[in-house]
Amino acid sequence: MNTQTVLEVRNLHTHFFLRRGIVKAVDGVSFTLARGEVLGLVGESGCGKSVTALSIMRLLPRGGARTIQGQIWLDGTDILTHTPRQMRDVRGRKISMALQDPQTSLNPVFTIGAQLREALMRRLRAAQAAITQAAIAALRAVDIAAPEQRMGQYPHQMSGGMKQRVVGAIAISGHPDVLIADEPTTALDVTIQLQYLKLLKRLQQDTNMAILFITHDFGVVARMCDRVAVMYAGRIVECGKVTDVFAHPSHPYTKALIASVTKLKGSSGRLPTIEGQPPSLMDIPIGCRFAPRCPHAEQRCRDIYPPSFPINDTHTADCWQLAPS
Amino acid sequence: MKRYIAHRLLQGVLLLCLVASIVFFVGRLTGNPADLMLPEDVSAEDRAALIQVLGLDGPLHEQFFIFVRNALHGDLGMSIRMRQPAVEAFFSRLPNTLAIIPWAILLAMAVGIPLGVVAALHRGGWIDRMAGAIAVLGVAIPSFWLGILLIFVFSVQLGWLPSGRMGGPSHYVLPVITLGTFLIAGFMRLVRSSMLEVMDSEYIKLARIKGLRESVVIWKHGLRNALIPVLTLWGVFVGNLITGAIVTETIFAWPGIGRLTYEAVIFRDFPLLQAVIILKSILILSINLLVDILYAYVDPRIRLA
Ligand SMILES: Nc1ncnc2c1ncn2[C@@H]1O[C@H](COP(=O)(O)OP(=O)(O)O)[C@@H](O)[C@H]1O
Ligand SMILES: [Mg+2]
Repeated sequence: MNTQTVLEVRNLHTHFFLRRGIVKAVDGVSFTLARGEVLGLVGESGCGKSVTALSIMRLLPRGGARTIQGQIWLDGTDILTHTPRQMRDVRGRKISMALQDPQTSLNPVFTIGAQLREALMRRLRAAQAAITQAAIAALRAVDIAAPEQRMGQYPHQMSGGMKQRVVGAIAISGHPDVLIADEPTTALDVTIQLQYLKLLKRLQQDTNMAILFITHDFGVVARMCDRVAVMYAGRIVECGKVTDVFAHPSHPYTKALIASVTKLKGSSGRLPTIEGQPPSLMDIPIGCRFAPRCPHAEQRCRDIYPPSFPINDTHTADCWQLAPS
Repeated sequence: MKRYIAHRLLQGVLLLCLVASIVFFVGRLTGNPADLMLPEDVSAEDRAALIQVLGLDGPLHEQFFIFVRNALHGDLGMSIRMRQPAVEAFFSRLPNTLAIIPWAILLAMAVGIPLGVVAALHRGGWIDRMAGAIAVLGVAIPSFWLGILLIFVFSVQLGWLPSGRMGGPSHYVLPVITLGTFLIAGFMRLVRSSMLEVMDSEYIKLARIKGLRESVVIWKHGLRNALIPVLTLWGVFVGNLITGAIVTETIFAWPGIGRLTYEAVIFRDFPLLQAVIILKSILILSINLLVDILYAYVDPRIRLA
């Protein structure tokens, strides 16, 4: 695998400035993504995964969301300094995103064909007929049967799994270097999930695009990813190769997650509950965010957020237990 | 789709029967219509003669039966003042009203829809508040006041535009503004609220992810969806205009069905008034049906259901 970095996020902070307080949804996230690599971003619901993704796309929801600090290096430029115009050129072509809910992600009043052609038209400055052919090919690439007929159909005429594949086709139609897939299978039922994951993996290998794969399902991480970043309350607490993290989970939060997944082997593999609740993102502890739930917490855990300690040269975790004594 | 239209047609016919019955019985409830039409010092013979001519001498149910039978043959009685069939009077005036209503709607949409979109995009900002104020003004100003003000400024003071009657294009300007202003707020508010909802949707996010220009995202992907609820209320808006035309046509001496309604009232032309109400109901019902079919065309989810 080529190890050239295509996306590097450094110390990203995105907060929601609301009347009732500041929600620190993303509070110091850093990671890198190499060309052609699949990085899993796992964590419980509400820990800031989607906000991280939308910060990178610079498509934060209206109403007080702002990225106040950090850098997002894409192909050697910090896209946080881009003008809206420059950002538009980047979206779809260098970085793209597949959304979570297939039911609401397609525009109900336009045909599949129209929505796909529109995306392709930006890349191919070609004649109408050529674009239509490209759109049909794109549908075929995501395993849609009889794509010529599907072109003229509306989203409500398709099943959820099919819609999700169309969303995927649209997302990658600009041949992006990086695809962010935000829980792309959560809304699908289990057999269709598997199908979709296989498809995504195949497309990724064919095109050598890098994927930031967001999920709350450790089983999916094992199947899909090269590396994994574990997120907790707005920060990445552990990051490393999937094999290393599974074999030697080093942050107590990761340990608890993996222990409970193995215990529940055979079931869905979803993140089960751990004793206690994640902290409110409006009132984050000053020290380690996991300290209130951690069986090994000491005084310094509550006082100071730990730095990232290396376990090996690709594996790090933010935990005072790992401090060299 | 065919079944849907048949269903709507049946609904319309039932509604129409209801309107016709109400018009008939309310008319009789308020006394013998003949008395409304006659001067107070009329002789008894003259009164009896008129009652007989109008078919008002039989028992009520018989009168209703005759009324329905005639109505089914397209006969809604004679206009007393114009001495011509009421239906004929209505249809000779209808084109004049239909000549201004589309322009009034067009004006209201041309101002109201962009205003609604812009307001939604600047929610809570001063542009939003300005647009809101313009819209409220449009509703708050009574048509007769606006009409008279426009005549005063543009006809009397500046002498740019005619103050009334039908004629060339210049005659349309003031009545269309007067009639249309009243609907601007309706369009603006509806578009604003549906646009707010649409712009937060996932498919708008996907449109932006594709890297589409913001103008395409707003005016194509956003507005097309935001207009669906507007279209459902189009029929109501046209209904409003047909009602609103009474005042506007009266001010501008515009010989349409609005002014005809006004004349029927002030000249106590009872058969004419009865006919006008029923025919206007038919008109409004047909427009609503047409709008529903159009709606099904714009929203594929309904078209193919
Ligand atoms: N539109 C919003 N307004 C206010 N707060 C939000 C909004 N979206 C997300 N948040 C906050 O940001 C946190 C992270 O959300 P999100 O990134 O969607 O979580 P997830 O990891 O499940 O994708 C949530 O806990 C929520 O409180
Ligand atoms: Mg999410």
